[in-house]
Amino acid sequence: MNNNLLSVNIAGLKLASPAVLASGILGYSADSMQMVAESGAGAVVTKSVGVTPRMGYANPTVVQAKGGLINAVGLPNPGINDYVGEITYAKSILKVPLIVSVYGYSAEEYALAAKKAVEAGADAVELNVSCPHVKYTGSEIGANPKLLKDVVSKVKADVRKPVIVKLSPNVTDIVEIADVAAKAGADALTVINTVRALAIDVETTLPVLSNIRGGLSGPAIKPIALRCVYDISECVKTPIMGCGGITDWRDVVEFLLAGASAVQIGTAIATEKPDLFQTINRGVTDYLKKKGFGSVKELVGKSHRS
Amino acid sequence: MSANLTAVNTLRTTPIVDVKTETDTVKTFTVKDKLCAKAKPGQFLMLWIPGVDEIPLSVLNAGDGEVSVSVKAVGDATRHLHQMKTGEILGVRGPFGTSFTESRGRVLLVGGGTGTAPLLFLAKKLAVKADRLSFVIGARSKGELLFLNELDAVCTEQSVLATTEDGSYGLQCLATEPLEKLVDKEKFNIIYTCGPELMMRKVFDLTEKRKIAMEASLERLMRCGIGLCGSCVIGKYRVCRDGPVFTAAQLSEIKDEFGISRLGFDGSRIEL
Repeated sequence: MNNNLLSVNIAGLKLASPAVLASGILGYSADSMQMVAESGAGAVVTKSVGVTPRMGYANPTVVQAKGGLINAVGLPNPGINDYVGEITYAKSILKVPLIVSVYGYSAEEYALAAKKAVEAGADAVELNVSCPHVKYTGSEIGANPKLLKDVVSKVKADVRKPVIVKLSPNVTDIVEIADVAAKAGADALTVINTVRALAIDVETTLPVLSNIRGGLSGPAIKPIALRCVYDISECVKTPIMGCGGITDWRDVVEFLLAGASAVQIGTAIATEKPDLFQTINRGVTDYLKKKGFGSVKELVGKSHRS
Repeated sequence: MSANLTAVNTLRTTPIVDVKTETDTVKTFTVKDKLCAKAKPGQFLMLWIPGVDEIPLSVLNAGDGEVSVSVKAVGDATRHLHQMKTGEILGVRGPFGTSFTESRGRVLLVGGGTGTAPLLFLAKKLAVKADRLSFVIGARSKGELLFLNELDAVCTEQSVLATTEDGSYGLQCLATEPLEKLVDKEKFNIIYTCGPELMMRKVFDLTEKRKIAMEASLERLMRCGIGLCGSCVIGKYRVCRDGPVFTAAQLSEIKDEFGISRLGFDGSRIEL
């Protein structure tokens, strides 16, 4: 959609729409990301890639809950050395920015994966310091201010492209964590990753997910995500990509009003129609025109009083 | 599949109402489930073997509040399932994915291994519609030929052709070998196929040369089953959402992968 009303700049990335494909959704293959981009996404984020390959967990890895999905897929990925080929191919076909999500078990691993992703053509990297279901990485790093600071600073020192940090809501004070990431040099924050959750089946009396614990996504977590965005944007200047349960244009507008400059969408890819991004872009455009706004940028943080 | 159905299609746990031994390695499990009882031929369900795994399976039969799947014991999950008995609990999600079109005219079905299951389901629906219903069924040996009697009962008389690799029954060859002659003789309007992917690719190549309509039901590693995780992508398609049944036109868009490679558990490409 060629539409100036919707275009935003975040962390140096020019997006034709503020709605971006979230990490973990379809983001292995360039061809699937291209399908989502063509349907109107402003950028795409890949699945998280680490230094070494990972198989992920046994099924069930996804279970439906009221108002959302709980997943513990377990970061399956072919490893950055294998994945650089897909990044290069993705760059050759995508017309929107490609953000490569990376994870690691140390600052060095994050930096190595990020460096190789950028060398292969990534327009930005997103640090997964918030996956709630893999030990010694993800939220175990993102919930620890010292580790988080080390990871973000190391990656910032090693790559010349924007570094986005995806935060976990599974912390006592997400604002404190956001502040650490910002001070360590994050160019943007993705707020939030999934909320740690559990599903139990009463017939078998067993937890459903093979990993037992997973992360809740979808409409059930939207109000939590919205609050996190609002709180962070009050205290931290770093631009925010809102994420969590966004399903329609109204959700997008709410996140922008709460203080996000862009948003990411994941779960709704499964629950809504394939033209989701297009429908959202049209809805946001109509809203802007109806309310007399000249750009989505005018909405950012507008709900904050004072 | 409507978006809405996916949104509400939560995991249901339900008892096994019947277990039937089909061959030395294949059993058919039937469970009660109202949603899956509405499955169409070609659609699949996700079967949860509690505490073990959750696997995608093509539907063999659906109706009267029940759904059946045929399962070959090949790995941990399926071997565990084979030990389960009537009354024990399984979980189901689905039915998911696209189904075969139910075409009139002269129809050929080509099935290999447990790929015969969804085609038998289809054949039962086509029996009253098709002008001619032929079936080529292939397996390694006689003991692994699935549903031979059932196919004989629903297909046009004398039109079920069996092939075995060891020659223990029917022709000693792959299921694809007699196809060219058969296709030229019988002038089929459409060919449906399900089974090993190399077999389906050969069927596709033949129908492309002869310009015959075809549909194939593909299999890939699946995790979520609802189009999110990307584990089952082939080219621009998701097998769980855009498939598992693909038309020849769609297959021609994914020629670089169909019958050639798939993604493994870690998302890396594996040659077939």
